[in-house]
Amino acid sequence: MRTLFALCAAAVTAFPSILSAETMPRDVMFSDHGEVAESLTGVPGNPEEGFKTATTKSLGNCVACHVANGWKDLPFPGNIGPDLTGVAHRYDEAHLRGILVNSKKTFHETVMPAFYNVDDIIRPGDRYTGKPAKSLDVTILTAQQIEDILALLMTFNEDH
Amino acid sequence: MTTRAKKTAVLAAVMTVGFGGAAMAEPDLDAKLVINDELEMTTIVEPAPYLDGALDQVISGWHFRDAATRAMEMDDFENPAMNFVEDGLAAWDAVDGTEGKSCASCHGAIEEGMRGVRAVMPKYNEEAGDLWSLEEYINDCRVNRMGAEAWNWDKTPMKVMTAAIGVQSRGMPVNVAIDGPARPYWEQGKEMFYARTGLLQMSCASCHEENYGNYIRADHLSQGHLNGFPTLRLKKGSLVSTHNRLFGCVRDTRAESYPKGSAELKALELYVASRGNGLSVETPAVRP
Repeated sequence: MRTLFALCAAAVTAFPSILSAETMPRDVMFSDHGEVAESLTGVPGNPEEGFKTATTKSLGNCVACHVANGWKDLPFPGNIGPDLTGVAHRYDEAHLRGILVNSKKTFHETVMPAFYNVDDIIRPGDRYTGKPAKSLDVTILTAQQIEDILALLMTFNEDH
Repeated sequence: MTTRAKKTAVLAAVMTVGFGGAAMAEPDLDAKLVINDELEMTTIVEPAPYLDGALDQVISGWHFRDAATRAMEMDDFENPAMNFVEDGLAAWDAVDGTEGKSCASCHGAIEEGMRGVRAVMPKYNEEAGDLWSLEEYINDCRVNRMGAEAWNWDKTPMKVMTAAIGVQSRGMPVNVAIDGPARPYWEQGKEMFYARTGLLQMSCASCHEENYGNYIRADHLSQGHLNGFPTLRLKKGSLVSTHNRLFGCVRDTRAESYPKGSAELKALELYVASRGNGLSVETPAVRP
């Protein structure tokens, strides 16, 4: 059933919030420790798409702040956050999803952005123009992009 | 140690600190900034008490740059910004506007009339009853004394003039006043400094207090001081004004930024400048 819904959502992009099985940002359920157990889309993440999203400046741009063996061929990864090599051993899937959606539920003061969140935004802007936001429903990443990056991170085992 | 090995060492240190850890001291703090082999600059000072321990040391952005970029700032023949200063010096003596005056008509030689001005900007202007940046003093002269048009804060004529005026204070300590009538502006600026704006929910402090010395991709984060502005950005090949940089940092949090020349950015300018009180004015600094 969920898959059917998701397929419908993919086909009908005009009203994604109404027809999709995607969990909307305000409906995401966190555990007390910041975990998100349920998939945001019901569609398994694609690690190859996740790699693209994680390493593209205008999307996840994870590489701006994190080193990882998984993208060791990219020049100048940043070092604001921890090395993600082997991260799948340190956190389970639910916790990694929660950190991607809103890391502040796990690390309260972290500088890491909440990638699927629309709350508590001061002076929301329109992308990187410095102008006011045209919509207040914008998230940095889509629900599926979160699932894709999660699928990538789940491949980051001991030495990857 | 190679750059790569250094970086690996830093990374290892960062990993042990973990999320939100203290900033690493990667900048070359032993380097000495001496301009033209004669002007010794103060690039590291003790933080002012009003910083409440936010910084262990106040460090000029010069230390965070690579050796080649640092060297460019040490010699006026190598510093590309000095070409813009030359343009500003020429403009100082050029008559403009309906009153037949130049800057020099009232202020005399720029070396004398403008020495120390940049070091105390922005400053509360009693007559105007407001906090003024250097650009406002310049435009006030142009409009009300010279009968000339105000300059856009972010266009070349203004930037070369603030560079020419700024370099007259080079080597003097930044010394903006934060008490008395300036206090409310400073408080506003401080609040802005720590406000986590935009979709990225990042504040000035997220990068320039919590993470100076670390890298966002290839960008080496400094403490974000203003003592070198207007600054020559090598990647742009032009001067970057104070408000252009402040606007850009807020914009890059995916926020609605504040207009250049706005009351908000002036307040932020005052607060950020005060964090660097005691550093030498480096105008015009050279940055990547």
